[in-house]
Amino acid sequence: MSAVPAAPRPASADRGPAGTVPADSASDRASLLLVPPQPRRGWRMVVNRMLAMCLVELQKLRHDRTELYTRAVQPALWLLIFGETFTRLRAIPTGDVPYLDYLAPGIIAQSAMFIAIFYGIMIIWERDSGVLTKLLVTPTPRSALVTGKAFAAGVKALIQAVVVLLIAAALGVSLSWNPLDLAGVAVVVVLGSAFFSCLSVSIAGIVLTRDRLMGIGQAITMPLFFASNALYPVALMPGWLQAVSKGNPLSYEVDALRGLLLGTPAHLGLDLAVLVFAALAGIGAASALMGRLAR
Amino acid sequence: MTATGQAQRHRPPGTTGPGALRCTGLRYSFGSTRAVDGVDLDVRPGEVFGLLGPNGAGKTTAIRVITTLLPVPAGMVEVFGHDCARERMAVRRLLGYVPQQLSADSGLTGRENVALFARVFDIPRRERADRVDAVLAAVGLTESADRLAGTYSGGMVRRLELAQALVSAPRLLILDEPTIGLDPIARTSVWEHITRVRVATGMTVLVTTHYMDEAEQYCDRVALMHRGRIRAVGTPEELRTGLGRAALAAGQTAADPSAAEPSATGPTVTEPTGPAGPTGPTATAPTLEDVFRHYAGSGLDGRESTEDGGDFSDVRRTRRTASRVG
Ligand SMILES: Nc1ncnc2c1ncn2[C@@H]1O[C@H](COP(=O)(O)OP(=O)(O)OP(=O)(O)O)[C@@H](O)[C@H]1O
Ligand SMILES: [Mg+2]
Repeated sequence: MSAVPAAPRPASADRGPAGTVPADSASDRASLLLVPPQPRRGWRMVVNRMLAMCLVELQKLRHDRTELYTRAVQPALWLLIFGETFTRLRAIPTGDVPYLDYLAPGIIAQSAMFIAIFYGIMIIWERDSGVLTKLLVTPTPRSALVTGKAFAAGVKALIQAVVVLLIAAALGVSLSWNPLDLAGVAVVVVLGSAFFSCLSVSIAGIVLTRDRLMGIGQAITMPLFFASNALYPVALMPGWLQAVSKGNPLSYEVDALRGLLLGTPAHLGLDLAVLVFAALAGIGAASALMGRLAR
Repeated sequence: MTATGQAQRHRPPGTTGPGALRCTGLRYSFGSTRAVDGVDLDVRPGEVFGLLGPNGAGKTTAIRVITTLLPVPAGMVEVFGHDCARERMAVRRLLGYVPQQLSADSGLTGRENVALFARVFDIPRRERADRVDAVLAAVGLTESADRLAGTYSGGMVRRLELAQALVSAPRLLILDEPTIGLDPIARTSVWEHITRVRVATGMTVLVTTHYMDEAEQYCDRVALMHRGRIRAVGTPEELRTGLGRAALAAGQTAADPSAAEPSATGPTVTEPTGPAGPTGPTATAPTLEDVFRHYAGSGLDGRESTEDGGDFSDVRRTRRTASRVG
C-alpha cells in the first residue's frame, strides 16, 4: 500500500478516501466526521459546558478513588480528635448542642473549602500540561469555562461532604435526614465551593505559577477557617475577628449548614444571598483573570 | 525518490471567497521580545501550509495568536473571514488545534478525552458516541481507547490529540510540530491520517515542522520564518529553484545544469542524476534545507543539523520501510 494517497479532490468529499478505508461501515462512520456540528448558544451552551466539566470530574474520580479516601482522613481526624476532646472539655459554649454536633457542619464546609482552594492549583497544573490551553481554543467563553470548573469543584466538594456526613453520623451526631434539608446542604456546599474555587483560580491568574499559588493557598486557607464560625461561635471572638468573620463567606456557609443539618437558628435567606453573590463575583473575577493563564 | 511527493501535491481550486487564514502585519511582543514582527500570510482554502523556521523564530507565537490565545488588535488576523479579535467564538468553532506540547488529560481514558472535546464543540448526543468511535478508529486508537491516557506513549498521545482536534470537523487544522518526538513509523502514520482527512473534507492545514523532508513531501506551500518575520513563501520547488537561481547568479553555483533552467515550470527533480548519488544533497540542486540555511543563516543548531541534515536519507529510507510494513 502506498504511503501517499491519490491526488485529493475536495469536490468528491462524499466518496471517502478509496483504498485507505477498507470496509463500507468504516467509511460510513468516517463520513460522520465531515460535518461540523450545529453550535449551541446562550445559556444552553453554558449549561452544556458545566455538565461537561462536572462529568470530567466524576470520570476522574471513578478512575482514581484514592483522592476520595485520602481527603476523608483530615475531616475524620478533626471530628474524632478535636471534636471528641472539646465535647468532653466543654470548653466552648455551644448551648444545648453537643460540641461534636456543632463542629460537624463546620468541618463539612472546611473540607469543601480545602478541595475548592486546591482546584486553582489543578488549573495551573492543567495549564502547564497544555490541557487548559486546548480547552481555551474550543468554542467556550472564559466565563462558561470558569463556571463549569467552579461547579465541577462543587461536585467534588459534594462527594466530600457526603463522606464527612457519613463519618459524623457514625460518630453519633444527630443530623437532619430530611431530603429538603439535604438538598439545601447540597446547594450551599456547591455555592461555597464555587466561590472558593474561583478565588483560587483568580489568584492563579495573578501569580501564574504553582509554587506561588501553593504558598498563597496555604497562607489563606487557615485564616479563612479560623476567622469563621466553623470551630466556635462568633460571639467568643474579639471584636476585630468578628468583623473579619462577617466578611468571610465561609461563615455564611457554616451558618446555613448548621441551620439545615442541626436545626439551630440560622439566617438562611441572608446566607444564601451572600453565597450566591460571592459565587457570582468569584466567577466574574476568575473569568477576567483566566485570559492571563492562556498567555 | 521525492517524485511521488511532487505528483500528489494538491492544487487548490481557484479560490473564491475569503482565504482560510489571512494575517496582515501581525505583531506580538512578550515584553521587549518581538516574537512576531510584522507577518503577512495568506493561506488558501484546502492547502497544507507549512511554517518553517529555527527555534525561537516565532512560529508558536503566531499560532497562539491565530488560535485566539494571545490577544491582538482587530484587523490583524482573519480565519475564513472572521476576525480573531472580534469574533473569537466563530473562529474557534472553525479550528482544530494540536499544540506543540504533548497534552492529554492523563486522568481520563482516550475515549473520554475525545468525548470531552466532542461535547464542548456541541456535537449532539445522538451522534457523539459514533463520532468519537469514528475518529478514534481514524487515528488507530480503537484498541487503547479505554485505557487511561496517562498510560499512552508519546506517539499515541499525539494521535489522541489529533483525534480531539478532528472530532469537530474543523475547517482549519493547526498543528504545532505534530511529529516531534515521534518515530519514523508514527510520523508517517500521523501524516497519513492528516492527508486522509484532508482528502475527504477539503480541510485546510497549517503546520509547523523542523523536518524539511516532511515539509517537502506534504506541504503545498511553505513559509520560512526567522526572527519573527517571513523571509520566503512559496511551494517547496519554487523556493528551491529560487535559491538555485540566486546561487547561479552569484556565480558560485553547483555544476548541475538542471538548476540553471529556472523559467521552466516543473524543473528540478531532486533525485540527482549525476554521479553524486544519494549521499550528498548539497552537491547538486539545492534542497529545502539549503533554502532554510540560506534564510535562517546557519541558524540550525547542532541538534537540528545532526537530526535532520546528517541522517536525512536515513529517515527517508526508514519511512519507505515503514510504509511497506504498515
Ligand atoms: N511566554 C513567553 N514569554 C516570553 N517570551 C516568550 C514566550 N513565549 C515565547 N517567547 C519568546 O518569543 C520568541 C518566539 O518563540 P516561539 O515559541 O514562538 O518560537 P518557535 O518558532 O515556536 O520556536 P520552536 O521551534 O523552538 O518551537 C522566542 O524568542 C521566545 O523566547
Ligand atoms: Mg514552537
